[in-house]
Amino acid sequence: MSGPAPALELRHVGKRFGGVLANDDVSFAAAAGAIHALVGENGAGKTTAMRIAFGLLAPDRGEVAVDGAPCRLAGPQDAIRLGLGMVQQHFTLVDAMTVAENVVLGAEPGRRWALDLAGASARVAELARELELRVDPAARVGELPVAARQRVELLKALYREARVLILDEPTAVLAPPEVGALFAVLRRMRRQGRTVVLITHRLSEVLAIADEVTVMRDGRVVAARPARGLDAAELARLIVGREAPPRIAKRPAHPGAPVLAVRGLTVLAAGGAGGAGGTGGRPRLDGVSFEVRAGEILGIAGIEGNGQSELIDAIAGLADPAAGGSSGTMILAGLAGLADLTDPEAAAGSRAAAGSMAARSIEPAVPPGGDAGSLPPDRDAGSMAPSRGSADTVDLAGAGPRRRRQLGIAHIPEDRHRRGLLLDLDLAENSILGAHERPPVAVGPLRGWLDRAAITRRAAAILARFEVRPAALGLPARALSGGNQQKLVAGRELSLPPRLLLAAQPTRGVDLRGSELIHRHLVALRDAGCAVLLVSSELEELMTLADRLLILHRGRVAGELDPARATVEEVGLMMTGGGAGGAQ
Amino acid sequence: MSGRPLARLGPALAGVGQALVRLGPALAPLLALLAALAAGGLLIVAVGDDPVAVYGLLFGSALSWPDGIGYTLFYATPLIFTGLAVAVAFRAGLFNVGAEGQLYAAAFAAAWVGITCAGLPAWLLAPLACAAAVAAGSAWGALAGIFKARFGAHEVITTIMLNFIAVALAGYLTRFHYRQPGDAILETRPIGAGAHLARLGSLVPGLPARIPLNLAFPAALAACGLVYVLLWRTRWGYELRVTGASPDAAAYGGIAVGRQLVIAMAISGALAGMAGINEVLGYRYRYYDGFSGGYGFTGIAVALLGRNHPAGVALAALLLGGLVRGGLFVGIFSEHVSRDLVLVLQGLAILFVAVQRLPGRPAR
Repeated sequence: MSGPAPALELRHVGKRFGGVLANDDVSFAAAAGAIHALVGENGAGKTTAMRIAFGLLAPDRGEVAVDGAPCRLAGPQDAIRLGLGMVQQHFTLVDAMTVAENVVLGAEPGRRWALDLAGASARVAELARELELRVDPAARVGELPVAARQRVELLKALYREARVLILDEPTAVLAPPEVGALFAVLRRMRRQGRTVVLITHRLSEVLAIADEVTVMRDGRVVAARPARGLDAAELARLIVGREAPPRIAKRPAHPGAPVLAVRGLTVLAAGGAGGAGGTGGRPRLDGVSFEVRAGEILGIAGIEGNGQSELIDAIAGLADPAAGGSSGTMILAGLAGLADLTDPEAAAGSRAAAGSMAARSIEPAVPPGGDAGSLPPDRDAGSMAPSRGSADTVDLAGAGPRRRRQLGIAHIPEDRHRRGLLLDLDLAENSILGAHERPPVAVGPLRGWLDRAAITRRAAAILARFEVRPAALGLPARALSGGNQQKLVAGRELSLPPRLLLAAQPTRGVDLRGSELIHRHLVALRDAGCAVLLVSSELEELMTLADRLLILHRGRVAGELDPARATVEEVGLMMTGGGAGGAQ
Repeated sequence: MSGRPLARLGPALAGVGQALVRLGPALAPLLALLAALAAGGLLIVAVGDDPVAVYGLLFGSALSWPDGIGYTLFYATPLIFTGLAVAVAFRAGLFNVGAEGQLYAAAFAAAWVGITCAGLPAWLLAPLACAAAVAAGSAWGALAGIFKARFGAHEVITTIMLNFIAVALAGYLTRFHYRQPGDAILETRPIGAGAHLARLGSLVPGLPARIPLNLAFPAALAACGLVYVLLWRTRWGYELRVTGASPDAAAYGGIAVGRQLVIAMAISGALAGMAGINEVLGYRYRYYDGFSGGYGFTGIAVALLGRNHPAGVALAALLLGGLVRGGLFVGIFSEHVSRDLVLVLQGLAILFVAVQRLPGRPAR
């Protein structure tokens, strides 16, 4: 490529973390004024390469060049001075401050001691207008939904006059309409002559927006070419190093008895939320009713912030104590239904049978070739707390998170860092969270002793079945890449095995192969008679996996669709409130 | 040309640094100690003394048999307890600055039982007095836990305030209700002989009975083992550490976070309270005002040096106990150095331990 020098270049960059070669002779060039996709699976080294480009990491060898000139970056400040900007996967915003304050943070306008916030606000508003970014400069960041926070991060970089913008998995947290809006912004930026580097692992996005593509695999660059003429199959082959995995083959569902019945669930907004959010006292959830049956996956679609998180929290028993309270009932139906389904002979259904059935029928889900140690059924006859009396149903009101877990509710949380993981504890300790107070993990008098051998077995089985890399039990969870962290959390919850699984964004930040793995386990769990409630911002994931699809809009059920027959447009319309509610 | 070897030196040094970081938990405090000794050596030179001679005196007097070792272990005993107290709370995500108040409450409770039940036989009185100490320390700690769990009051603030209250309350009770009449200093009447803890001198051949090292020392070592088992081998310890690692994740995993906070502070207070046993039942045989001299606060240093691990706490407490013992001799026998050197060394060691990473390496 002759002509103008690339806006951003990595030249023969190497970076080693302990025993792992994260970047191996990586050379990368993003042409000025183009959108450049950097793609690859989790742990391929994309983020490491861009963190080096932005001065967050020092390369062991090689160099970074901006506009053709090699430069030494002692930190992000140097990169910013050279016109680089980066929006990281985990945002770096101060929740308690306003959008304008966040944007100018570290580059405050005004002279000496005086902070010119009014001027800052005006400049932020002007920037937002130029790019048609919908952001209120006076809004408090803590009250903004994720997509808006991302726009704030973008503004932050633009305010510092970034000519080259690096975005790390920006669409991982966005709903389909929001992705479209973000891409429109990126195209406008390209028109302004800026350069965009987009880290992603979604093929459709690459093909939709990129001018150039660099593919990384195992720390190396395996391809760098124009996006024009590339097709999805070829790209997938480059990323995975083999043919793209087959689509999830899903047999028709055979739903059994309802496992969870939700009636009129209403969750009020926190008391004083009248401020910048503008949502006032509108309930987060407003009279939501539905049932999830054994052996089905009920998908919940909706743009982020329309009540999905509150719904999952309410069922898991984790409702925010600062929130305004809730009403409605949630009834968990007993095990008899599950036993009926999995083993019609044992109609009355002993609980032990149900537990081990579920565990046994997960086995086929182990991917071919991966004859990893299967998980021993870990729920002995006594470990599942009996529902009160001999009743088959339990009202979840008044049951805390622990009791709900004992009743067989598992939960893949939407934010793995906040809830799903103990970042400073090791993988073995992470693999027992929530299952730590029942056999085989807890044994002896009062279930007080931790059986270390059992923990090791369990943890090793989860790491192997869900292909968590590196599978070193003693490593702190912090040391894993985001995708591997997610596989660990999903594996832990899927392996319980649960009676009701709350899966919120189960494959967030996970690569193709890992997503497929998790999807197959979800379907296998369904086939074993588990009820699955799946919340996802990826419409494709919902359409593929769900047997029924509920659409949430502004805290209400906007309708129900059959994912086998509905089109993406229909779902999208309902998500944005345009659908004829429930008409089908 | 000469730039090349230098350029290589950078990564090589970085490699050494990384290796050290990996050996981390055990090595870092040791390095910090060496750095502190080096810096202290410069200080000794600056005041006009010979570091080799002073350090020889310091460690020689701390390690001589039987007096040096006997007193070193005696001084270390309360520090093991308070160090464990701070470490347990820390593992639950709490910063217990209240070990001092907890051990005052405990010491007075032990003395009170020893005085009011003085007639009881030893087999009953000594355990009873110990139990009173543990219960009082535990309750005083649990208070801070309850304040946090119920009202969201930060434990650093509440434990500091509870320190003042405990010291003042014990002082009041001593002055107006249990004072030894005629004594110049503020102290209680002696406790019954049945409450005395046996001195190790009566058990270990070659150790004179005048050295106050008593049964509290083996109890402290046992407490280290028990704390280890509790934290890393039991479900309760797991729940406590999970709470410390992430309260949100703990709640998600079905752990009652508020209860964990109270339990952790109760255990922490109980451990701090055992430091009072050493003083009252093993050494002075009475409660006297201001006896501690900051064991509770030094416990923070011990926990930091010991990386909040029971084994580390024991080693750090032995080190600081030895410094206290050696410091006395340095103060007396060296020309220009006072016993305050010990405090300087202690402070320097903590400063260096607080260094989390080596300069020149960006945080990962």
